[in-house]
Amino acid sequence: MPGVMQPAGSRVVLDDRDIARALTRISHEILERNRGAGDLLVLGIPRRGHPLARRLAARIADVEGSEVPVGSLDVTPYRDDLRLRPARALEHTDIPTTGVDGKTVVLVDDVLFSGRTIRAALDALNDLGRPRVVRLAVLVDRGHRELPIRADFVGKNLPTSPIEDVRVHLREVDGRDEVLIAGSAVARAVEG
Amino acid sequence: MDQHLLSAGDLTRDDALLVLDTAEEMRSLSDRPIKKLPTLRGRTVVNLFFEDSTRTRISFEVAAKRLSADVINFAAKGSSLSKGESLKDTALTLQAMGADAVVVRHHASGAPHRLAHCAWTSGSVVNAGDGTHEHPTQALLDAFTMRRHLGELEGRHVAVVGDVLHSRVARSNALLLGTLGARVTLVSPPTLLPVGIEGWPVEVSYDLDAVLPKVDAVMMLRVQAERMNRSNGRFFPSAREYSRRYGLDLRRMSLLPDHALVLHPGPMNRGMEITADVADAARSVIVEQVSNGVATRMAVLYLLLSGAAPTQAPDHVDGPA
Repeated sequence: MPGVMQPAGSRVVLDDRDIARALTRISHEILERNRGAGDLLVLGIPRRGHPLARRLAARIADVEGSEVPVGSLDVTPYRDDLRLRPARALEHTDIPTTGVDGKTVVLVDDVLFSGRTIRAALDALNDLGRPRVVRLAVLVDRGHRELPIRADFVGKNLPTSPIEDVRVHLREVDGRDEVLIAGSAVARAVEG
Repeated sequence: MDQHLLSAGDLTRDDALLVLDTAEEMRSLSDRPIKKLPTLRGRTVVNLFFEDSTRTRISFEVAAKRLSADVINFAAKGSSLSKGESLKDTALTLQAMGADAVVVRHHASGAPHRLAHCAWTSGSVVNAGDGTHEHPTQALLDAFTMRRHLGELEGRHVAVVGDVLHSRVARSNALLLGTLGARVTLVSPPTLLPVGIEGWPVEVSYDLDAVLPKVDAVMMLRVQAERMNRSNGRFFPSAREYSRRYGLDLRRMSLLPDHALVLHPGPMNRGMEITADVADAARSVIVEQVSNGVATRMAVLYLLLSGAAPTQAPDHVDGPA
């Protein structure tokens, strides 16, 4: 991306226009699969899944001409690695008042990797009610699954090595839209 | 956060805000059909209460259960404690049973500190009120309640009124509110102020009527008759004189700014430090304090127990999972 300094050793794999196109395509795929926006509920997983969910919902609303409920679902209390690291701060959970019962819930996250976050999200959803269907939309699928989980809608399949780092930056959180890939050692040194 | 929660003064500003933010998320759980998180599955929380308590014990019990921890209630009455077992032997017993956290209330100031800093138990210790010393989770839930109504507490002015001498709530609140940047004025008869009050981050006044128009919240303390009898002292001439000068009635409440809140940690002596009509008034958040207590204690237990023990945690783990 011109004018923006990239950390040494990392490269941009999706720029802002690539991300916009991918989200537009995914929103159409969701509508096609669901045959419209009826009973849709788009739930983003904080932090970066939430702005993605809002953008998808806005695009769906543009096409269908009606508002699509959107919320956020924090999976932190359901994670399987809580005991492996110091206590984590909770993110915000915001479920629209219509609830999840009988809805077609589309979970949205930025990167699909081991699948453990999605496993936690399914448990979290289970405590909130009983959706009719749960689908998964991700901006990047980088492979290396550790659980039998797959995405229904994928922005970009990104073959990576397990030691590489995939970073998604979004306007709402990071000030710009891009997906970076870096050797993990490099990315870590830069992030400090 | 530290491994234990013994004093509100041990919390940094960041720690305190983390607890309050976490409590905010925990609070939304009570609106859900399943009011439970699996986070502390398999962990054991022991409520060790050497002193009577309704609110605090039940609140900790509900909080631990909502996080799926196993809860053991250990009250002094009906246990070997009433046969004279020492704190040490009790702690060793709990350790042998594998307690991950001990929530302790004790009539002796410093008992939780003793429990935390000896080798008797390896779990986290949470002070649920020790003598006339501290009650940090009460201060946290008070701050949480005020923050919900007033926004950030930086620059806010809180009056704490009544029996400061015997109040662990007053001390913990003074420390925590100081950390959060609020201004605290203690209003109390001179006989009910502790020695060394000059060292607290507070102002002191003897005139309630003069203070009330300037505050964002007023916290009424219970007159602790049981502790007064124990020290065999007379701290004020009569109950009637006390409530005339330091009690909150409708006339005094009308001196408060419109947005100001009335708090009381409970249990209340209605008619003594607070009149019934004030306790039940719209600006009184006393019942809300109780329900916020569960969310706040969930936040504390979550932050103390959900992660790895500080010593075994790797320095830096990164990457999405």
